[in-house]
Amino acid sequence: MKIHEYQAKDLLKRYGVTVPRGQVVDTPEAARQAAEQIGGRVVVKAQIHAGGRGKAGGVKLAHSPQEAFALAQKMLGMTLVTHQTGPEGRQVRKLLIEEALNIKQELYLGIVIDRAIAAPVFMASAAGGMDIEEVAAKTPEAILKEPVHPALGFQAYQARRLAFGLGLPSELVGKAARFMMALAQAFIDLDASLAEINPFLVTEEGELYALDAKINFDDNALFRHKDYAELRDLHEEEPLEIEASKYNLNYIKLDGDIGCMVNGAGLAMATMDIIKLAGSEPANFLDVGGAANAERVEHAFRILLSDPNVKAVLINIFGGIVRCDIVAQGVIEAAKKIGVSVPMVVRLEGTNAEKARQMLDRSGLQLVSATSMQDAAEKVVRLARGR
Amino acid sequence: MSILVDQNTRLLVQGITGREGTFHTQQMKAYGTNVVAGVTPGRGGLTHEGVPVFNTVAEAVRQTGANASVIYVPAAFAADAIMEAADAGIPLVVCITEGIPVLDMVRVMAFLKDRSTRLIGPNCPGVISPGKCKVGIMPGQIHREGGVGVVSRSGTLTYEAVWQITEMGLGQSTCIGIGGDPIVGTNFVDALKLFEQDDQTEAVVIIGEIGGTAEEEAARFVKEHMSKPVIGFVAGRTAPPGRRMGHAGAIISGGRGTAAEKFAAMREAGIHVVESPAEIGKTVAAVLK
Repeated sequence: MKIHEYQAKDLLKRYGVTVPRGQVVDTPEAARQAAEQIGGRVVVKAQIHAGGRGKAGGVKLAHSPQEAFALAQKMLGMTLVTHQTGPEGRQVRKLLIEEALNIKQELYLGIVIDRAIAAPVFMASAAGGMDIEEVAAKTPEAILKEPVHPALGFQAYQARRLAFGLGLPSELVGKAARFMMALAQAFIDLDASLAEINPFLVTEEGELYALDAKINFDDNALFRHKDYAELRDLHEEEPLEIEASKYNLNYIKLDGDIGCMVNGAGLAMATMDIIKLAGSEPANFLDVGGAANAERVEHAFRILLSDPNVKAVLINIFGGIVRCDIVAQGVIEAAKKIGVSVPMVVRLEGTNAEKARQMLDRSGLQLVSATSMQDAAEKVVRLARGR
Repeated sequence: MSILVDQNTRLLVQGITGREGTFHTQQMKAYGTNVVAGVTPGRGGLTHEGVPVFNTVAEAVRQTGANASVIYVPAAFAADAIMEAADAGIPLVVCITEGIPVLDMVRVMAFLKDRSTRLIGPNCPGVISPGKCKVGIMPGQIHREGGVGVVSRSGTLTYEAVWQITEMGLGQSTCIGIGGDPIVGTNFVDALKLFEQDDQTEAVVIIGEIGGTAEEEAARFVKEHMSKPVIGFVAGRTAPPGRRMGHAGAIISGGRGTAAEKFAAMREAGIHVVESPAEIGKTVAAVLK
């Protein structure tokens, strides 16, 4: 789960991470007032769930409250396109108005889960303000790493080692170490899957700040953080994905024209792949899961067909614990209720597949049955092209 | 011989009285698995599905000599269940549960470090040695005893591969679902080592997916240490970056963990790469000819 910069900063502040003074606003007038209260120059920052905002024109300096007003007027409601938003971009609905600081140095701090050591790893780099993935690809030695102990957490000596490694002057090392310890504690307590401060700022005055902050939560841990529900911003999510999440369906909208409904994440990905190999593109990823009853299938089907790009549908179910006849029943009920205007190819294999095929044959629905994944992919691509 | 589980497996089911635990206990028993005990805290003394239930894993092991455990408890309690089984000295723990917080798994892996327990999963379909023993949730009837080892990060895609192999008239020695989470107890390399030493296994199928570098590590191991032929597929060549494709571990982050990189590493290591998920069975048959 992703949250906004201002939300991440609010959370980090509680752990002792220093952040610039700021206010979040959603009108130009509120932006003007915030700038007045903060005093001096302010930075106006668009709040969307994507990086690369600066380059795209979503971060601007205002020298006066009036200028903050004018910038806010321009930015609120605009669609920001960055390298992470895709070509459709994201609409700006909120701005963070922050005090402008005297930048001396921009560094990088981040914590992620390292699969290889099965523990979080704390990363620091003097190459701050840049795309850290680019740094990692081009000059991996420019990133310093310290593992976070699974039970004992991150230690002060590790933080000092990173601070000295970054080349910080001795008088700032203690302060930097406390800053890093706070970030590490936040990562653990919040059940984050990523916590990143980029840039981690050193000011001319010798103060340290999180100039930007990003936190992603581990979706698997949301059950023990009920309060995160308030942090969710539905505007940042695809409407069909929000609908799917209500029924605990794993749905991701894509750009192709073949809708797919599959049980199991791996088979769902493989089904998308074979559609591509057959010469077309999948319209979505959809895993109906291990507990695919008729009702779930019906919801899944409805969501799948709400995508106007879908020209044909491929249903690929390998019945194991999920029985094919149950899935078939769901497909039949859903198709009858909502009326299907696109061709459907159904491939059922495994538990009760034969019974399911008979049910589909007798349903009176216009279905094309397929015997293998290959056969199914070829048929659905041909039908999508109207042949 | 097959690996990990066979006719000598004495299975304990953690969470046996739950809905999942009950159903799969029936299924595993029907397949012929020797289920000797169940554990549900507070339900000790009961007999469930003909299996004696205990309050703790330690007591169940003491009373029944269980040497493997399968876990069906909910995500919030699964990490604890794994540690309880390891503490009781069970050599093989298979965790089916999906949705365990990753920081819980970080602690579990630290806990397992100085213990001899092997963990399979979590978020996996389990392990089956066809004709001998089934530990997990996979449909038994699609399998057939034979010489192909299968190891996969997926559930249903594994069934698909197994079915294709069976339809070619071949069979499997052991099929292992290692799980779809970023942190799992047993990785591809661990499984490959076991298959390389197993005399029943003639060839191994690896089914990977996007995210992480487990397939690249497997490829390196194959190149340096495997004498048996290996067939490989990677799911997710059409997956968009930055999105979690169902499995918590299936995510391309920072441009790394793509299917293209993994296919390239496999090819470079001499693995028989299958481009289409529909051709896994055919490729295995061709390699074994």
